[in-house]
Amino acid sequence: MHLPASAVRSLMLTLMLKLLYFARLREALGVSNEHLVLPANVSDVAGLMAHLAGRGGAWQSQFDGSTLIRAAVNQVLVASSATIQADDEIAFFPPVTGG
Amino acid sequence: MVKVQHEDFDAGAEIASMRLSRPDIGAVAVFLGQVRDINDGSSVVKLTLEHYPGMTEKALEDIVAQAVKRWHIFDALVIHRVGTLQPMDQVVMVAVVGAHRAAAFDACEFIMDYLKTQAPFWKKELTGSGERWVEARESDNLAKARWDQ
Repeated sequence: MHLPASAVRSLMLTLMLKLLYFARLREALGVSNEHLVLPANVSDVAGLMAHLAGRGGAWQSQFDGSTLIRAAVNQVLVASSATIQADDEIAFFPPVTGG
Repeated sequence: MVKVQHEDFDAGAEIASMRLSRPDIGAVAVFLGQVRDINDGSSVVKLTLEHYPGMTEKALEDIVAQAVKRWHIFDALVIHRVGTLQPMDQVVMVAVVGAHRAAAFDACEFIMDYLKTQAPFWKKELTGSGERWVEARESDNLAKARWDQ
């Protein structure tokens, strides 16, 4: 089947996650945000963290469970068992320290 | 109402605005937090506050909504600054208005306890020996937990 380029583009976009990193985590990774195609075997936050840890280096040390990381899906704090789907905005950050 | 801003604010004017919003207000409880020049034994020269634009405002609005639902208060205001601050700068203000003081005091404490553990802000200090991210405190988690019982 042949799809016009615009349709391919919008199809790609619908499979994307927007990832954000904050504070100490952002500095450790050297990245504040990225777009990632939803990996086929990832359905929840814990799965995404394992996927990111698989990148090695700082990604592994930050996401392998040895560092306390909080997650938000679409700007709501969630547990690592929270499900994710394409088009979600997912943020990772250290425990908060405002006030 | 919730405001996340770089600029300083006039606490007196904010209190007056809340206080004069309706004539059946009998109590105004206020918490004002300011930057200290010392933390964990080190002198603090500068404090930088990072936040998550969008989520921070939503989290604060949700905390205020919970307080209004839980206590007999009329309204609550939260102002939190971001960016680079210095010792003695104002960081955060919570003002709660209601008919009586007990609910206003409790709601004010509740909002601060939840803000410190749920709202996405992160502090980085510049001390005499360099920069460091502020660590989350277990005492803040315990302060929040007492409202969950």
